[in-house]
Amino acid sequence: MTAIVNISLKAGVLDSQGKAVHHALDALKFEGVEDVRVGKQIILKLTSTDEASAKAEVTEMCESLLANTVIEDYTIELIS
Amino acid sequence: MKVSIIQFPGTNCDYDTQYAFEKLGATTELIWHKATELPADTDLLVVAGGFSYGDYLRSGAIARFSPVMDAVKEYADEGGKVLGICNGFQVLTESHLLPGALKRNDNLHFISKHHHLKVASTDNTFLQKMEQDEVVNIPVAHHDGNFYIDPKGLEALYENDQVLLHYCDKNGKENNPNGSVDSIAGITNKNKNVFGLMPHPERAIDAILGSDDGIKMLEGFFNS
Repeated sequence: MTAIVNISLKAGVLDSQGKAVHHALDALKFEGVEDVRVGKQIILKLTSTDEASAKAEVTEMCESLLANTVIEDYTIELIS
Repeated sequence: MKVSIIQFPGTNCDYDTQYAFEKLGATTELIWHKATELPADTDLLVVAGGFSYGDYLRSGAIARFSPVMDAVKEYADEGGKVLGICNGFQVLTESHLLPGALKRNDNLHFISKHHHLKVASTDNTFLQKMEQDEVVNIPVAHHDGNFYIDPKGLEALYENDQVLLHYCDKNGKENNPNGSVDSIAGITNKNKNVFGLMPHPERAIDAILGSDDGIKMLEGFFNS
């Protein structure tokens, strides 16, 4: 099973990279962009075949290491 | 007086820190991150600056799980004095020994220059040799020095006098280089035995190199 973890700064925490990218898109005349948030994606190949236990395990990984929950949110997507 | 200095792979301020404390008369020992115990006679534990584990994932995130960190936590929990400089500050926030987090600098640049700091509180063992509102000139060198804490956490820091240093200009007026909440450059934990700061006092110990304002600060760190 594969887990795709997306991590981004929490809403309300200023994303300077997102802002810089937004400015660059403006400079390129892409006018329809309301907001930009830059995050990171971590792809995990898991040995587990059980979705519930995989989800629990990846959640624990996110809480302890993959995300800093003081400033970041994360989402987990599982693909079997 | 014994200062123990933690080295992770990628730490690069270990020898500067050692040099600075030895110049002030301390004995020092470098502690490799695989150690599981600290020297029993440690009076001050320093998590030195640098780029532990290449800053991969987040600055300080991987170092937090190094073998030595259990001993560091235990030492701090027992009231031992812990100082985190730059990457050391990042490691201490990632380890939850200090509140908040260090984000990428607002201007996205690595900032390396001399900067002025204003002492916000001397009601602690670390800055006891400094004067309230004293302005010092100490270099900064970081990419992720943008201190963040939520409004409730910020309030708690001020209530308990945990904010020790603010960034300012040479006249003491607020001057924020990196976007830190309230221009905060250094904080302690609630018990005031763990201190983290982004600037490098160990690099300001000789006037010929631009400033020796770091001496007074470092002396306070270990003479108590």
